[in-house]
Amino acid sequence: MRITQGCFSFLPDLTDEQITAQVQYCLDKGWAVNLEFTDDPHPRNTYWDMWGLPMFDIRDAAGIMMELAECRRVYGNRYIRLSGFDSSHGWESVRISFLVNRPKEEPGFRLNRQEGVGRRVTYSTHAYAADLPEEQRYQ
Amino acid sequence: MLDTPGPTSINLREEFDAVGIAEVFKELDRDLVGLKPVKTRIREIASLLLIERVRKKLELATEPPTLHMSFTGSPGTGKTTVALRMAGILHKLGFVRRGHLVSVTRDDLVGQYIGHTAPKTKEILKKAMGGVLFIDEAYYLYRPENERDYGQESIEILLQIMETQRDDLVVILAGYEDRMEKFFQSNPGFRSRIAHHVDFPDYDDAELLTIAELMLQEQNYAFDAAARAAFIHYIQLRRSRPLFSNARSIRNALDRVRLRQANRLVGNLDRDLTRDDVTRIAAEDILASRLFAETPTPAASRDA
Repeated sequence: MRITQGCFSFLPDLTDEQITAQVQYCLDKGWAVNLEFTDDPHPRNTYWDMWGLPMFDIRDAAGIMMELAECRRVYGNRYIRLSGFDSSHGWESVRISFLVNRPKEEPGFRLNRQEGVGRRVTYSTHAYAADLPEEQRYQ
Repeated sequence: MLDTPGPTSINLREEFDAVGIAEVFKELDRDLVGLKPVKTRIREIASLLLIERVRKKLELATEPPTLHMSFTGSPGTGKTTVALRMAGILHKLGFVRRGHLVSVTRDDLVGQYIGHTAPKTKEILKKAMGGVLFIDEAYYLYRPENERDYGQESIEILLQIMETQRDDLVVILAGYEDRMEKFFQSNPGFRSRIAHHVDFPDYDDAELLTIAELMLQEQNYAFDAAARAAFIHYIQLRRSRPLFSNARSIRNALDRVRLRQANRLVGNLDRDLTRDDVTRIAAEDILASRLFAETPTPAASRDA
């Protein structure tokens, strides 16, 4: 199941050229671009691992793309997302975030139903990938 | 269906005007005194790049030219200033995308412990992407007397990026000529990746005087006739001293002269100052320099 998270996620995966254009847009706006990766694709997982520090003071997308290439080389079979942080007063938050890399196989999610008091049903989603211990998912 | 053919001819004048390179040349001639060989070299490089642009438009096979450069010359001969201009020129011609200059020395590239150097160097490279990376006193990167020095690691990363990301980044190395020569000898990889070696000559006395007057003009000061004569003499004396660094020495001298002028004016509080009083540098402001006291040449004693 193809995961849809962040901007552009209902489009076909962005090409490197398109990613470069998006990154340049972020930089021109003065946002700090950050790379993160994870092997737990649950939408409520906010704890992605950071690939180095957020990149401040960069003028051209080529620098970011260099880091992205390096991140893909190491974690090529995980989810990698790129986010742009706007530090200007009043925003101080992430303005854009999109996936730039995904594993070859995405096993998807299982829907768990739990019947509680008075036959009230609660739902939860569980990533099949998360059944395996960390580091063994998406081999 | 046939492909639409590209243009068959291109007007060079239009192309020349389109990139606005004439402006840059004019600025160069106006703001940079002397430096004949450097200007000639910049013109040559600019011409090559212009033709390269035309060739691209005519759909002739082009390989992105290697633009890495090395600037050699004594201190204060304008290497950094020219590097800054170079970034602008390359940007106008479309060979770097942003046209900013990142100026670094060994400290910014080389780390202090194992595993510190590579991220540090890469950080700088990332910042310089799309512009020009200017490495001042580049020979300090290589310290042959210490074989565990981390400089070598930094050099390797630099070389690799200089080769693989030629479109993204232009590297300019700068330093004194003899030491750069030694640096290139021990790092042949660098020499072969650098296309343009530009040598900056020392300024002669007349050029230094022109520079001094330009600097003063920018700050709204001016020599009077006696001060001008004194400064000509000052330049001659200063040149023979150790650690003479061309335009930089002149700038420092002028800063001290301004200090003395201010002090002279403050010495007499009970009067009204005119515009002329505060802009004029008098001979005594210059002659108070230590140089004149230490070298009692006949000329100096006459002036004093």
